[in-house]
Amino acid sequence: MDATVSFVLNGKPVTVTSPRDRMLVWVLRDELGLTGTKVGCEAGLCGACTVLVDFEAVPSCATKLGEVAGKAVLTIEGLALDGKLDPIQKAFQDHHAFQCGFCTSGMILAAWAFLKKKPRATRAEIVEAMEGNICRCGAHVRILDAVESVGKVKGGVR
Amino acid sequence: MKRRSFLQGTAMGALTLFFKTSASSAPVEPTRPGAYSDDFNAYLKISADGRVGCFVGKAELGQGAMTVLAMLVAEELELDPAQVDVLLGDTDLCPWDLPTGGSLTMWQTAPVIRGAAAEARMVLLGMASKALGAPVSDLALKDGAIWVKAAPKRRTTFGELVKGRKMERHLGKVKPKPLSECTVIGRRFPRKDALAKITGAAKYAGDLRLPGTLHACILRPPAHGLTLTTADTAAAERIPGVRIVRDGTLLAVLHAQPDTARKALALVKGTFEGTEPDVDDMRIYQYLVDKAAPGQRVMISRGDIAVGEKRAATVVEGEYRNAYESHATLEPQTSVAKWEEGRMTVWASTQAPFIFRDAVAEALKLAQDKVRIISQFVGGGFGGKLVAPGAIEAARIARLVPGVPIQVAWNREEDLFLDGYRPAAVVKIRSGLDAGRGAITFWDSTVAGVSQGEAEFPYEMQATRYQAPAVPGLHPLKTGAWRAPNAHTNAFARESQLDALAAKSGIDPVTLRRRLANDARVLRLLDLAVETFGWEPAPGPTGRGIGLACGAWRQGFVVAIAQVAVDKTTGKVQVERFLEAVDVGLVVNPDGARQQVEGAITMCIGQALSEEIRFKGGQILDKNFDTYILPRFSAIPRIQVVFPENSTTITQGIGEPPVVPVAAALANAVFDATGARVTHVPFTPERVLEALKRVPTK
Ligand code: FES
Ligand code: FES
Repeated sequence: MDATVSFVLNGKPVTVTSPRDRMLVWVLRDELGLTGTKVGCEAGLCGACTVLVDFEAVPSCATKLGEVAGKAVLTIEGLALDGKLDPIQKAFQDHHAFQCGFCTSGMILAAWAFLKKKPRATRAEIVEAMEGNICRCGAHVRILDAVESVGKVKGGVR
Repeated sequence: MKRRSFLQGTAMGALTLFFKTSASSAPVEPTRPGAYSDDFNAYLKISADGRVGCFVGKAELGQGAMTVLAMLVAEELELDPAQVDVLLGDTDLCPWDLPTGGSLTMWQTAPVIRGAAAEARMVLLGMASKALGAPVSDLALKDGAIWVKAAPKRRTTFGELVKGRKMERHLGKVKPKPLSECTVIGRRFPRKDALAKITGAAKYAGDLRLPGTLHACILRPPAHGLTLTTADTAAAERIPGVRIVRDGTLLAVLHAQPDTARKALALVKGTFEGTEPDVDDMRIYQYLVDKAAPGQRVMISRGDIAVGEKRAATVVEGEYRNAYESHATLEPQTSVAKWEEGRMTVWASTQAPFIFRDAVAEALKLAQDKVRIISQFVGGGFGGKLVAPGAIEAARIARLVPGVPIQVAWNREEDLFLDGYRPAAVVKIRSGLDAGRGAITFWDSTVAGVSQGEAEFPYEMQATRYQAPAVPGLHPLKTGAWRAPNAHTNAFARESQLDALAAKSGIDPVTLRRRLANDARVLRLLDLAVETFGWEPAPGPTGRGIGLACGAWRQGFVVAIAQVAVDKTTGKVQVERFLEAVDVGLVVNPDGARQQVEGAITMCIGQALSEEIRFKGGQILDKNFDTYILPRFSAIPRIQVVFPENSTTITQGIGEPPVVPVAAALANAVFDATGARVTHVPFTPERVLEALKRVPTK
């Protein structure tokens, strides 16, 4: 049954008409055309679909549209502000912390949410925080380097 | 982002000198399977604003093809790689090429592109010489401008030179710049795909939003060996917007929303017929050995095995196994196909645009020029996207609904079910070492499941024999090329066996390999690896948990050293450190090469420790990442990568070589830590515990 659900998406209010129990990832990708959010497992197991809901990283494949009503959703497309990359994006770019890039949106958002809470995290804490995100290409060491550098060198995420 | 910047230029009519037709009309050059074009125009186009377009029939899988190809062109034309737009994998716009696999890009395609750019450089200089009235030797070239060295004001640009004229000049083979004059090769450049990937702008096949697209979900049999007979689609059809199409045994539910198509599919009840294979993941090894036995053939044979046996002082008999393993690319196979005006266009996640083109043409009984494949950014390949089953499904369905773009995006369960796995295998080796512990007197292997690819390494062996079966349909499940096919199975067996010989004869594993290696590059690489790791090898097991293995892929050599900790109560192996010394010849893009090595080590930690396809008959029991275990962050060790300086070999490509010795180095490290030899890949905690039980208590 279609419902009308309003939330804030990448800083702008949106209203969509879709079933409340539809998974957010499909709403983002198909209704709203934001395809930066990827689909790797549809079961909350890989993190490719990670988005931020009120600054918490969640798998959008396992988050119902109804759950984000009235909340703020941030996708990879909304992370750069006024065309300026977020420091975490910059760090991924500088470290070449990706290969195929299919995990990258999820990695960046998971890292962002974590660094927001804990800007000066240790390597071990970063490992723990990123454990839910899979990278098949094996960019892990660079991802860790990138995330670590943002806390240490760049003064944190925005 | 990939194609836009350059093709926008075309749309504005800003093209093209070297080309009679604009880049957006097809095809510029009839593609010639099996042969690289010797017309540099096929690969390079210069627009009026002086930007250079590079057209190559490869795909960007994440390995950095775009960046390294741009570097090669930039080198010859004295540009920054950022000034080169690379368009990959469009079978209408790019000349024929080999698939993106087997580490072929740098080995086969790179010399072609470098040569094309070198010829373009000379042609441009010749044109400038005429335009500026000065001999070529007096000209300088940089950033798309050419000027007279002594009078820099007398200058022209690539754009001016080619504008409005047709360029038909050819100089034949022009030698690329000597290495000593190269300023791009060997340096680090920003990856060309970085911005698109960190902003979410990169388009993969599933991200196309062609107007009117219908998402197709296909009814799958519950097991391999079964095919669809009848289907009850009534319940699914009651969902508004659902359409059912059927082509033989292929039945698909179409809907404008991917998730609704998937839900509707769940309502379809199919009946299936056929016979499942009678085997499972436990019995597979004996199954392969039995089925292979009557077809065993001697593939490699040198020296007399019987004589070697007599000379041996230490003999070891080993049996090594590996399970089926999936490619498990994070992006499952995805394709969008559209049938229009008698032509099929497929936007695909593919490693092999031209193989896909030919496969789709064959499946639909179309001429090859009636099929166009457009490769998108690809979310990982590793060999899994060399074959086109998903693209063929999309095309078959699209054929039934003309004008409508059809997307087929496998979900994870389908991807694990339909993948062509790394073949399960059994390798039996009997081999012996002489009393002086300096010579392998015989080495006798019999294999079921793989072939002899990279079974040999530059080790001196007095007698060697390798038998593998010529049995068609040996495997009960579909197998395919998995990053460095055959090589990892053979290297795991060979390097484990060597380690066992070393341990049994009381010699350390490095000294033994030094004595056996008969190639100066391998010897240098061994020294480089051991020195960089900072390790005093001693006869194992030492309890330190350090293991070494060598591997080859063509003329590319790798020495791997692993350090592990083994929890003897749980059997869990934690990799603490991993080093690879890699000699693949001249490294064009060192950072890209390093990424490939890091990725290979990481990926193969999964191969060695956890990845296994479990099955029962034709049913694949692993359906998602909850049971099919890929390495996560906590599994990643400290990784070191070293390349020897001044390698003399021609560039080999680096996708496969670093994969080859990983599992073997880890198994040897487990032995060094515990005295237990793990012989079955993946060595899961259960298998490690079993191996520990076999260790004789002192
Ligand atoms: S697609 Fe959502 S966690 Fe994998
Ligand atoms: S870069 Fe390919 S999955 Fe992470």
